[in-house]
Amino acid sequence: MQRETHVGVHDHHAEADRTDVFGFWLYIMTDCILFGCLFTTFLVLNQPMEHTLQLKNYIHLPDVLVETFFLLASNFTFCLASLSIYKEKLGSVVWWLFLSFLLGAGFLYIEVNEFIHFAKEGFRWDYSAQASSFFTLVGTHGLHVTFGLLWILTMIVQLSFFKLNQTMKRRMTYLGLFWNFLDIVWIFVFTIVYLMGAM
Amino acid sequence: MLKNLLLGNLSVEAIPFDAPIILGADLFMGMIFFGVLFSITFYKKWSYIWHEWVTSVDHKKIGIMYLILSFVMLLRGFSDAILMRSQQAVAAGHSAGFLPPEHYDQIFSAHGVIMIFFVAMPFMFGLINIALPLQIGARDVAYPYLNSLSFWLTFVGAMLCNASLVLGRFAETGWLAYPTLSELYYSPGVGVDYYIWSLQIAGVGTTLGGINFIATIFRMRCPGMTFFKMPIFTWSVLCAMILVALAFPVLTATLALLTLDRVFGMHFFTDFAGGNNMMYINLIWAWGHPEVYILILPAFGIFSEVVATFSQKRLFGYTTMVWAMAIITFLSFVVWVHHFFTMGAGADVNAFFGIATMVIAVPTGVKVFNWLFTMYKGRIILDTPMLWVSAFFTTFAIGGMTGVMLAIPPVDFQLHNSLFLVAHFHNVIIGGVLFGYFAGAIYWFPKMFGFKLDEKWGKWSFYFWVIGFYVAFMPLYVLGLNGGMRRLNHYENTLYQPYFIIAAIGMVLIFIGIIMQIIQLFVSIKNRAALRDKTGDPWNGRTLEWSVSSPPPIYNFATVPTVSVIDQLWENKEQHQQESKVKLNLHSEYTPIHMPKNTAMGFIIAMFAGLTGFAIIWHMWIPGIVGFVGVLVSVIARTFETKIDYYIDAETVKKTELNYIKGII
Repeated sequence: MQRETHVGVHDHHAEADRTDVFGFWLYIMTDCILFGCLFTTFLVLNQPMEHTLQLKNYIHLPDVLVETFFLLASNFTFCLASLSIYKEKLGSVVWWLFLSFLLGAGFLYIEVNEFIHFAKEGFRWDYSAQASSFFTLVGTHGLHVTFGLLWILTMIVQLSFFKLNQTMKRRMTYLGLFWNFLDIVWIFVFTIVYLMGAM
Repeated sequence: MLKNLLLGNLSVEAIPFDAPIILGADLFMGMIFFGVLFSITFYKKWSYIWHEWVTSVDHKKIGIMYLILSFVMLLRGFSDAILMRSQQAVAAGHSAGFLPPEHYDQIFSAHGVIMIFFVAMPFMFGLINIALPLQIGARDVAYPYLNSLSFWLTFVGAMLCNASLVLGRFAETGWLAYPTLSELYYSPGVGVDYYIWSLQIAGVGTTLGGINFIATIFRMRCPGMTFFKMPIFTWSVLCAMILVALAFPVLTATLALLTLDRVFGMHFFTDFAGGNNMMYINLIWAWGHPEVYILILPAFGIFSEVVATFSQKRLFGYTTMVWAMAIITFLSFVVWVHHFFTMGAGADVNAFFGIATMVIAVPTGVKVFNWLFTMYKGRIILDTPMLWVSAFFTTFAIGGMTGVMLAIPPVDFQLHNSLFLVAHFHNVIIGGVLFGYFAGAIYWFPKMFGFKLDEKWGKWSFYFWVIGFYVAFMPLYVLGLNGGMRRLNHYENTLYQPYFIIAAIGMVLIFIGIIMQIIQLFVSIKNRAALRDKTGDPWNGRTLEWSVSSPPPIYNFATVPTVSVIDQLWENKEQHQQESKVKLNLHSEYTPIHMPKNTAMGFIIAMFAGLTGFAIIWHMWIPGIVGFVGVLVSVIARTFETKIDYYIDAETVKKTELNYIKGII
């Protein structure tokens, strides 16, 4: 009873928002575990076998570095979008989101090209366990980025409908968490799969 | 070409016309299914079903739907048990029995999958849904729409599993589908795909459910309820749901990898090209071992509630109970290798996992003694929930001790995959999990429906269940010690046969127990006026769920309660505040209550997910894409909805509450 009478409508919504963001954090943690499994699988199966095609012979680090910068830049522009939310500037939120989308799409383009290139040269996902775990780990991250891009598009459309209301701000928080999370996962992919894999 | 894209490998031949037993089961299932559809149409209840149940986001209704799903699937899983037990009772020496091997293999796989995923898990989520928000003084779970989605995903998973009975076949690989047997080369049919997709979809539902309840417990407790004032059942659920959130993503990943092997020809678990099948077995048990603790922890919580209520005493050692559960939660993640000591990881690794496993007996023992001390000098009321608890003590102790035996690696090398193991895990899962859930279901039944279950039939079903259990599973220990292996559809050694016949008799006793439970349900519905629970507190309970009417109003609490001690309701009753509560209710001012609106989106998304799964099983690529796009579009469409909540006005609340008070007076 106390809570109902003493707490205003505004606080009630803020409370609900905090609960929702907490739940999204929990989701991110479950996704972390999923990636953890894939990383473990990669580390276990990434054993060189005699007389076979090797992952390290295909990795072209400069491309991956460019790819990484695309994703990091996309995250940077997303943070600028978040900043614009605090300043309540709808136009610039949409602009930075759009830029984040383009940079993310650039990342995905390079990744897909890399996959096609690998496959054409014979290092297909069904070639060996090493190939399978490489394509699955990097591909799962790519799939997440794809969903993230779809989400950014949805947000751009919804922002023009709902403007910067409470719900949209909360969803931008989710998307921000998600986009940052994918960056962090990519740092691990870059280190474990590409840098260590190229050695 | 188009036909191939639309229907894939699906054709009329998928219906098992050549197997009369399966066909009979299909006809029976079809009759029930269409019978239900027909009666809903005949009584013009479609609108009621749709608006009050399918689209409902009310945790109490979702809980009831979980329980119905669980009970229906229990009948299906138990039919499998009947078939297995009768096959093994006759298939000795020269007799081959009545089930061909490929059918028998599907039965034991389906039995395991159904009992764990579609009986135990929905049973658990059902009880949690019903009791937990009420126990912490909340008006709903943290995310009601997600809750509905979780249920429907579980439902779709169960239906996919059932569909395998009609179209195609189920996995013949055992309930965990170990590769390389489950790889495409050795299992070319749709069986393993059915297995993968029914578990994958239900598993995602479970993960979301886990997130939902963690958030509910963390964020929705009523004022004053600190963590160490939470009811013990709430604690057990928190531990179990943390396990869900940590373990179920592993299942999702593992099944996804197996799918990639089967669909895209990858080499994660193949026995060539660098694949490693022990990788799968490690991964699946990294989920699978926590899974059994996910099931047992809420049962521990139920025992704690029931023991305290029916001994009319405060639970002994609340804090040690909580820590025991927390320690079990942690330990459950460092014991998975004990499922395959025979892998050959070496003495050091096996010793570590063996000792870690034995250590779990310590916190569990603490809990058992706490329960016993709670009963000590209590005024024990032997109603059916308490009977189930008392049966649990001995049964679970036996199961626990055989578990410690299996935890000794050299012993395990002898008993690995034997009937001793089968007896052990049935001993803990039936004697621990199922008995606990039965106790919980009877305990909270009046809260769900407003009337108690019939005691006489309940007691009879209890006796048949418990005696049946011992008759059915004790012979399996003997068989296991004498070298009887699990999953045999035929055995040469006729000296085994008497034990298998005794086990089959036990199965019949359990069957009678189940029939009596059904009779109990019908008798209770018939006599519901006499069994009516007007006060909302039929057992003289201790926690907040008993402070509201039975069944509770949609908003649960007209005014959010405040808590200052453990067992707040009991404290209030001790201080004779019950009467003053009535006065308070008569005079207090009611405020409008903010509630979530019903939504069909959970149902729709789950149906599209089911379509996607079914399409991938049969390689029907067009329906597959339709289903997948359907999921995406409906998820996005839901985010465009703005009118997702409403207010119940104060006048309605007042009227509902006054009605309840009138009933008490």
